Amino acid sequence: MSDAAAVQQHQFDDLEQQHEAAWIGMWIFIATEVMFFGGMFTGYIFYRSAYAQGFAGASNRLDVWLGAINTAVLIGSSFTMALAVHGAETNKRKLLVNGLLLTILLGSVFLGIKFFEYHHKFEEHLVPGSSFRFEGPLARPAEIFFSFYFAMTGMHALHMVIGIGMLSVLVFQARRGRYSAAYFTPVEITGLYWHFVDIVWIFLFPLLYLVGRHL
Amino acid sequence: MNGERREHYLNVNYGVRSWLLTTDHKRIAWLYLVSITFFFFVGGFFATMIRLELLTPQGDLVQSETYNKLFTMHGVTMVFFFLIPAIPAVLGNFLIPMMIGARDLAFPRLNLASWYIFIVGGLFTLAASAAGGVDTGWTFYTPYSSIYSNTHVALTVVGIFVTGFSSILTGLNFIVTIHKMRAPGLTWFRLPLFVWSHYATSVIFILGTPVLAITLVLVGLERIFGLGIFDPARGGDPVLFQHLFWFYSHPAVYIMILPAMGVVSELIAGFSRKRIFGYTFVAFASLAIAVIGFLVWGHHMFVSGQSVHAGLVFSLLSFLVAIPSAIKVFNWTATLYKGSISYDAPMLYGLGFIGVFTIGGLTGLFLATLGFDVHVHDTYFVVAHFHYIMVGGSVMAYLGGIHYWWPKMTGRIYPEIWARLAALIVFLGFNLTFFPQFVLGYLGMPRRYHIYPPEFQVLNVMSSAGASILAVGYVLPLVYLIWSLRYGAVAGKNPWGARGLEWETGSPPPTNNFDTTPRVTAGAYAYEKEPGEVYSFGKTAHV
Ligand code: HEM
Ligand SMILES: [Cu+2]
Repeated sequence: MSDAAAVQQHQFDDLEQQHEAAWIGMWIFIATEVMFFGGMFTGYIFYRSAYAQGFAGASNRLDVWLGAINTAVLIGSSFTMALAVHGAETNKRKLLVNGLLLTILLGSVFLGIKFFEYHHKFEEHLVPGSSFRFEGPLARPAEIFFSFYFAMTGMHALHMVIGIGMLSVLVFQARRGRYSAAYFTPVEITGLYWHFVDIVWIFLFPLLYLVGRHL
Repeated sequence: MNGERREHYLNVNYGVRSWLLTTDHKRIAWLYLVSITFFFFVGGFFATMIRLELLTPQGDLVQSETYNKLFTMHGVTMVFFFLIPAIPAVLGNFLIPMMIGARDLAFPRLNLASWYIFIVGGLFTLAASAAGGVDTGWTFYTPYSSIYSNTHVALTVVGIFVTGFSSILTGLNFIVTIHKMRAPGLTWFRLPLFVWSHYATSVIFILGTPVLAITLVLVGLERIFGLGIFDPARGGDPVLFQHLFWFYSHPAVYIMILPAMGVVSELIAGFSRKRIFGYTFVAFASLAIAVIGFLVWGHHMFVSGQSVHAGLVFSLLSFLVAIPSAIKVFNWTATLYKGSISYDAPMLYGLGFIGVFTIGGLTGLFLATLGFDVHVHDTYFVVAHFHYIMVGGSVMAYLGGIHYWWPKMTGRIYPEIWARLAALIVFLGFNLTFFPQFVLGYLGMPRRYHIYPPEFQVLNVMSSAGASILAVGYVLPLVYLIWSLRYGAVAGKNPWGARGLEWETGSPPPTNNFDTTPRVTAGAYAYEKEPGEVYSFGKTAHV
């Protein structure tokens, strides 16, 4: 059992105040993230409406199935994350640790598949820059599409990597019994972050892979 | 007293480590103060070079390429490394926890991390200057910045990107702290206006900065990997960059001015011994400025080829944003009316602020008028406008605030005569520097050129002369403030006889700000009451 005095920081009057501060802090951080991704979404939507055909053609070159599998993997990881938080809440340390480990595993599967997709795009010369090849008159819009594809999924992947790092620290601390029903704020707010990153993907997937496709 | 040494935040421990690893918001404020002062003088150096070059109509001091780098490095350093962090990171950090009766910010380690992030960003940018500089202007317009410029754009952009996180984290820390850590009895409408203005500023930090961050990332990616997002030759759109950039950077100009307005509210109330007239209006005006500020970015793009309708809408919205600014000016004036005013140095800065801010704001209305803007866009008129607001307004308020809270920060009093003299020199030097630029711009002198027709020389010489007077005004405080650290008279806990929680604790304050938890029973600026009727200090000791 962790004891309250050990985890309470000096600037707070009690653990409840500390908990609420951390909670609001994470929500505000998520608001900044919304604006961060919002900038890219705005740009993407702007060009999508300017170059509808080119974007549709380019998005046909993405592998819907890999995208769909990844969506499922991420939703699964949100679930295991929720289990981990539940484990902390109910003092089940094993559930907490295993939930965290599973989340890390699923996150890594996602990144693995993403890496595989990137590699494939590289081989197909679909990475923007001097080696970019795209047949037909819509090459330029297609290059912009792929610019956004890499910028957006790359930023998303970076967030996953950071999330996995945070989860790993949590596993380490959870094993040492730092978290219990009395104190699990870090688990909870890391969970919030993880769910947010999942939700970003839930928007990215249809926007990049599905909209305007001729199946 | 009586010979016994009082422990406070400056003497609890000594040594470089105790400073570089501190999580005390007051010490972190000092870390910022020192680093920001450094950047101010770096930026000032570039400004000096610019004004020297413009003494004569020919380009006899530097080549045009060098000149482009000079005004870019000047703008980048001043905007991102001085003006944006100055008041929030120094005075905000120092004062917000104390003004609300808290022991520290909600996340002290994050606060220290913010400073390190700031420094890392600053080092990138300094490295870019040392390696040869950037020539895009502080606005980084594409596709010049993303494709054509042969200077160190990527390095600079990385520096600004990194520094952005420092702003975001500071804003986050302030908002959580103001929400969660107010002392018992300190309701929202009892808060000092300084706190309100920082709350509004933090909202901009949080919602605006990430958009700039992602925009700069895209510029960087375009440069490094050759993406075509902003390059018209590849189907990209440079105007998209301008939209994203100004979506942040217009609100960013309010980041520079809102905290200044907060400082001025404190100064005006403190030195006229009155409650700020229309307190709630002033508080809400800060929020209104923050919100409306997000809707007017298009007034920077009247001549970018955006549609006339968009131009009209942005013009109209820009007029709206002037209303809350005007509310503040009127309320400060009303506060002064029949106040018992004392003209100490901080107050001189406060009054100077009201004067120059009014001129800067009014010329903003000129610029927001579509037709007039087409005439003076990218001329010295614009340069004069934003310098009136940012140098006249923000820097003056910053100096006023530093003087006002100097006794609190250091426990020492600065020499008043010198301080008043410096304030006057700053005011005179400032107006002599920038007023001629309105005329120059109106007559048609474009900004960002290092040569100009000979008929503009007289006004340019006036401006350069003013700049050297201004420089004296800036160096003087540096000298006597440092002098006062050693030789200044010892300040009591409340040398101005002001109201405000920060004046109820020792000068300098103890590490935890208050020895016992304060309890607040009245609103800010309760000058009609004695301190004991406004604040009481409970039994529960901290530590
Ligand atoms: C209150 C604080 C203000 C600050 C700190 C500020 C700052 C600035 C800055 C930095 C620029 C130049 C940007 C550049 O480098 O091109 C600028 C331009 C401009 N400002 Fe302000 N401003 C303020 C208030 C206003 C107000 C109240 C209005 C309108 C009601 C306004 C309207 C404009 C317009 C239209 C321009 C663009 C002029 C042009 O480039 O043609 N400003 N301002
Ligand atoms: Cu603006």
